[in-house]
Amino acid sequence: MAVNTMTKLTLGPIAYHWSADARRDFYARIADEAPVDEVYLGEVICSKRAPFHEADLPATIERLERAGKTVILSTLAEVMLKRERKATEDLAAMDTPEIEVNNAAGLYARGKRPHRIGPFMNAYNDATIAWMAGQGATHVCLPAEMPAPAIAAAAQAAVALGLGVEVQVFGRASLAVSARCYHARAHGRTKDNCQFVCEEDPDGMPLRTRDDRPILRVNGIQTLSESYVDLLPEAARLIADGVTHLRLMPQAVDMVAVAQVFRDALDGRVPTGEADARLATLSGHAGLSNGFYHGTAGYRRISAAAPA
Amino acid sequence: MSLAELICPAGTPAALRTAVDAGADAVYCGFQDATNARNFPGLNFTPDELAEAVTYAHARGTKVLLALNTYPPAGKVDLWRHAADTGARLGVDAFIVADMGVADYIARTYPGIRLHLSVQAAASSPEAIRYYCENFGVKRVVLPRILTIPEIRQLRREIPCEIETFIFGNHGLMVEGRCSLTNYLTGQSTNMDGVCSPASDVEYVRDADGSMSSQLAGFTIDRFGVDEKAGYPTICKGRYAAPHRPEGYYAFEEPISLNLSRLLPELIEAGVHAFKIEGRQRSKSYVRGVVRAFRAAVDDIKAGREANIADLIALTEGQKQTQGAFETKKWR
Repeated sequence: MAVNTMTKLTLGPIAYHWSADARRDFYARIADEAPVDEVYLGEVICSKRAPFHEADLPATIERLERAGKTVILSTLAEVMLKRERKATEDLAAMDTPEIEVNNAAGLYARGKRPHRIGPFMNAYNDATIAWMAGQGATHVCLPAEMPAPAIAAAAQAAVALGLGVEVQVFGRASLAVSARCYHARAHGRTKDNCQFVCEEDPDGMPLRTRDDRPILRVNGIQTLSESYVDLLPEAARLIADGVTHLRLMPQAVDMVAVAQVFRDALDGRVPTGEADARLATLSGHAGLSNGFYHGTAGYRRISAAAPA
Repeated sequence: MSLAELICPAGTPAALRTAVDAGADAVYCGFQDATNARNFPGLNFTPDELAEAVTYAHARGTKVLLALNTYPPAGKVDLWRHAADTGARLGVDAFIVADMGVADYIARTYPGIRLHLSVQAAASSPEAIRYYCENFGVKRVVLPRILTIPEIRQLRREIPCEIETFIFGNHGLMVEGRCSLTNYLTGQSTNMDGVCSPASDVEYVRDADGSMSSQLAGFTIDRFGVDEKAGYPTICKGRYAAPHRPEGYYAFEEPISLNLSRLLPELIEAGVHAFKIEGRQRSKSYVRGVVRAFRAAVDDIKAGREANIADLIALTEGQKQTQGAFETKKWR
């Protein structure tokens, strides 16, 4: 691919319930070794999990910033209960670091102060992006299910307004959120009585069809794709279409190596085909998919046209 | 006491007339394209049909609400703008919207027409609802089916607009407007195309042992024994196997209908302004039966009488029903 050294690589927030220890180790390695420019932190999926790792946030932020990374705090995708409203308000009140808003409650609390628009905000089109920019948005992460022509049109509009534009290029796609906890349900419990059973599945709980085909992953109230999204072969076109930031979602694989593969490909050090083969190896048993981008079923993997 | 308006589904012109005649205070409908969340073959209205429908409904004192409640992908926003223009020209009483760009367009272009916030916007907190009220002048919010009655009562005190709740019909499990399950398996998007587990991708396959697999786009969503009735393969109502549930189980929810008829008095007391009946995809006779029964129930309650709703149970999907989140937090 053409050399794209200006394109920023970002690391999305951890979707799963990783232990405080696992998170500390993870971000220490990211700070020291991963060639990502920006890191999103914070609990986006389940407000019950936040107390387990909140106390570590200031140290993690400092560690990442010392390593030259930009840190952004992401707000909850679902805001209903008092503690969720409070958590959203508290984040929205902060001056630094930057915040990424994932629920309209966060937009309300943030007012016109600068903020980023998260992937749960449904910024599907130019009209919505223009509205959001007028309300103080500086950056927008597009929904994972958007196809290439819509990404290009949205990116063009966002860039014209001076916004950064981000697309998820690696990791499971978020397919749904719910008020009900499906991890708790699988274990015969309710959300209030979940005993944090989701911690047992650091890469999500696999669901298989009754004829034994992998289909979805459960992460508490969230449902994710079974396959990892992989848009590495499409990165050159994303960038040509105006996308400025490429998002890697943390999975239980070697994310430092994943980031390195993307950076090497973007910088032109490793040919796209070779980089993509490395990504497949790093992803282990997870299938790779790019169907959403190509306007077909999300789980599908469409062979790229000849790499640029 | 609130008005307790009855908001009824109109998937076709015939269903609309049926709902109006059966006592709907308002009907909701959409055009035959991606601008609404029930973009199913054979459903919905041409502009000419909507014009006739508005005349028919208004002559009988019934309001017409136009659903423009999907999310336009960039490059296609004009389809939604034109739909709003057409609706305004035909005199609809309100638009039901989810996308901020669409809401902004209507608020600026047609400030005299009411905006209702669709359940597809997933506004479930006072702050989120106030965001839409203050920025777009939203007059009513359709609440996600995830709140208990005490939570609705509390919410009512904290927002400046009316509340509409679903009381009957399909029981959606995922946060509406945030679900891409259908797109993941079929390539058609609920948010962008208005499609959910589409019939065109459904197949029922008889297995060698006599059991029946109901499939969506080649994925087995559920499998039924010889004596079981095979259900429609809606992804979030399927049975799957998990490591702790190797036998297969309803990972999200079983096929079940929402029926809040017993809770109507409490919902009215909690300050709910309007009751929504789901089912634009359902038959005319279904619409007639449900609307008539709820009309009688609401009128009974308003008159201080005991409501009789036994007939509604026969109409529910799979004969099973739930009060969902409205009754207890344990649902979560």
